[in-house]
Amino acid sequence: MDNEYILEMRNITKEFPGVKALDNVNFKVRRGEIHCLVGENGAGKSTLMKVLSGVWKYGTYTGDIIYNGEVQQFRHIADSEAKGIAIIYQELALFPELPIYENIYFGHEIMKGHQVDWNETIVQSKKMLEKVRLNVDPSLPIKRLNTGNQQLVEIAKALSKNCKLIIFDEPTSSLNEDDSQNLLDLMRELKASGITCIMISHKLREVTAIADTITVLRDGSTICSMDAKTDDISEANIIRHMVGRSIDNVYPKRAEHPFGDVMFEIKHLTVEDPSTGREILHDVNLKVRKGEIVGLQGLMGAGRTECALSVFGNPYGYRIKSGEVVLDGQSYFFKSPREAIKHGLAYVTEDRKGNGLVLIQDIRYNITLPNLGALANGLAINEQKEIIVANQYKDEINIKAPSIAQKTVNLSGGNQQKVSIAKWLFVAPKVLILDEPTRGIDVGAKYEIYSLMNKMVEDGMSIIMISSELPEVLGMSDRLYVMSEGHITGELDAADATEEKVMKMAINSN
Amino acid sequence: MENKKQSTGSEIVQLLKDNIKSYMMYIALVLIMLVFQIWSGGKFFKPSNITNLFNQAAYVAVLAIGMTLILILKHIDLSVGYVAGFTGAIAAILMQTYGINQWVAIIIVLLIGLVIGLYQGTLVMRVGVPAFVTTLAGMFIFRGLLSLFLAKTGTIVVSQKGFLALCQSFIPDIPNNTGYHLVTIIIGVIAVALVIYSQLKSRRNKQRYQFEVVSAPIFIAGLALISAIILVVCIVLASDKGIPWSAVIVGVILAIYTFLLSKTKLGRYIYGIGGNDQAAELSGVDVKLVTQFAFCSMSVLAAVSGILYTSRLSSATPTAGNAFEMDAIASSYIGGTAVSGGVGKVTNAIIGTFVIMSLTNGMNLMSVDISYQYIVKGIIFIAAVAFDVRARKK
Repeated sequence: MDNEYILEMRNITKEFPGVKALDNVNFKVRRGEIHCLVGENGAGKSTLMKVLSGVWKYGTYTGDIIYNGEVQQFRHIADSEAKGIAIIYQELALFPELPIYENIYFGHEIMKGHQVDWNETIVQSKKMLEKVRLNVDPSLPIKRLNTGNQQLVEIAKALSKNCKLIIFDEPTSSLNEDDSQNLLDLMRELKASGITCIMISHKLREVTAIADTITVLRDGSTICSMDAKTDDISEANIIRHMVGRSIDNVYPKRAEHPFGDVMFEIKHLTVEDPSTGREILHDVNLKVRKGEIVGLQGLMGAGRTECALSVFGNPYGYRIKSGEVVLDGQSYFFKSPREAIKHGLAYVTEDRKGNGLVLIQDIRYNITLPNLGALANGLAINEQKEIIVANQYKDEINIKAPSIAQKTVNLSGGNQQKVSIAKWLFVAPKVLILDEPTRGIDVGAKYEIYSLMNKMVEDGMSIIMISSELPEVLGMSDRLYVMSEGHITGELDAADATEEKVMKMAINSN
Repeated sequence: MENKKQSTGSEIVQLLKDNIKSYMMYIALVLIMLVFQIWSGGKFFKPSNITNLFNQAAYVAVLAIGMTLILILKHIDLSVGYVAGFTGAIAAILMQTYGINQWVAIIIVLLIGLVIGLYQGTLVMRVGVPAFVTTLAGMFIFRGLLSLFLAKTGTIVVSQKGFLALCQSFIPDIPNNTGYHLVTIIIGVIAVALVIYSQLKSRRNKQRYQFEVVSAPIFIAGLALISAIILVVCIVLASDKGIPWSAVIVGVILAIYTFLLSKTKLGRYIYGIGGNDQAAELSGVDVKLVTQFAFCSMSVLAAVSGILYTSRLSSATPTAGNAFEMDAIASSYIGGTAVSGGVGKVTNAIIGTFVIMSLTNGMNLMSVDISYQYIVKGIIFIAAVAFDVRARKK
């Protein structure tokens, strides 16, 4: 029996002040399988993995971890690594300036006497890179690799430590379809070579494609473990277990409403990246009507975010070679986000923690930041009015927090995203660009954000939704554009669009 | 588990633990003052010494206010000491060598401060040189300019009465025969009333919207402590010559900056940029302009500091401004400005200044060797910041 399960976590309970993050969780992983761990944000997946890896050290939780038939008492990540457990986090832990080989062997350097043996390190690194099928020079600095390849380096690092159990935390959340597929294939290969994989993921399509076993957590408890061979692992069934109810309609219906005239137009936008001199956008043309949701789909690196930022005042200083923006009949070229906002264009970033929210400030501060002018009486901000406004949005879009004085750093991803959108609702722009509005948030919060988008367009706003998730783009858009390598490669009505058609356009370039 | 059995004693300990950060500076300040009062056999709280403390603290306090904005924005300004020294010298030269009216001279010097701020802010925000490097270079440059301008004359003695009054004399009184400076007492009482009123109002507002507030006993204790400090200081001053002009100048600047940071858009933007500059930019904040403003305000305040220092010494000397930046930066950090930016208050920076300057004043009073003074200040400084960093992590 020892041999059947590589890992058994028994009756794990972990409490934080005021919250039971894990409540008697049982989690068993068979040797050599791919085991997917799913659940809404806040269900306890990450906490469980932190208990396993020793981030939450032995004694801070109750219950037993049995790994390879022995009860383990990890006090530090190094302890779990020594036993052959590695975690690959969503945010990669690599040194961008250092070469690949130094990254792979960082912390367990190959020594010759008292010196690091760099030659041997390079030779060994090459072998590790072959194992993950990454064909690059190991002396390249990490920053020269794209995210997908950086992740492969992380896996090579885990392999170099001779790990037997690798945990992937949302591994494909920042990868494009190709790289995601590649990674899933690699996981199958790892499995074939006897390595056990645990994958935490929100992408149920990938989960159902790859998992041998699926464990669902909800509110800190194990709901069920399903065997891919014998149980019903349809997405609908998994979702039912995750949320405890079945969401019949993942995409809420919009009330029928007529579209108005063209509200926003990008004309002949050609943009160059000043650091590399490479053209990142070629003659992009795009139109949105009043009350319309237009999807902008494409693979990672297709230029969607760059396109949005270029028209939204170009804050990162791309070199705009040609192009203009027509907003509500007026022709513009915005020189700063401030100017764009003033004329009715707003942009919700794809990276809410990085450049969306001021995390050390509270909900109220973040909601009113872009539109303080509306709250000022002369010089001073009217705080009474501000509190009323913030409370109104908190209730209206159901931001779950004890009060608007809650620091946004303490909110869950879904609620942070709601705050990032609320701040623009208060500005009430004519055109709103949403960049990956549902990345990394749970099913329930996604539904709420979709409903919110519906309400906004019913009220006459125009929305451009950038998204990597095909079903989402197809489910929410009235019309959609597909981008590939800086070109618009297609325009489709929602009625004609299929996943296959869109994917073809996204992969084909001119 | 054992929460239910918690005794009143342990509840107070818990309250102290939870709230200690907000009142730590005040407690430290009072402790330092009491230690020196006892050690010096009662000399510390003598009216003449308190006046001296105010005049000593004024030029640092003004710098600490400006520095707090800079530090919230995650920048630093190392040049402020010699900018103060240089502008103070310019003021003396304008008045003594060129016979320019003292008030005109002050305005010219403030404008020079503004130009210095524009120059440094431009380098930092438009050219992209880090503030540390820009202002380190500024430190060299203005140190050089200071000694260059005073090279021929050496120390310049200032004789203009109005100018000297800034850091040497006192607000007028209404005639009376109580033996006390009445206006000072009245100002003290009004100040206490204002503090209590504003604190109560903000607490009531917070409660109305169900925000977290410190518990009632801690709140009252804090209020009582602040009121007591204000009253004691005012009574001590009133028993002599009253409130010095330097304190009035600092008070006015403090009021302006408190309002700016807590009530205006500009203040919100400063905290926003310090917390996450990219998010601020994407929310429509003009990051460059706001940062430029902070550098200009800093250099203008450095000019004010230079004027106060020249007034206090009645002269401009080639060593003026030496190490002012150290006291100013330390004040702001002791006052709880976050090392990681985005958090800080000018009122607390002033408390920080009084912590530092009480140490200086008290140790001077006890004739402690200057070497030990630096070591003691350094230890208090690092202890305060270490405490703050730890408290913030929780």
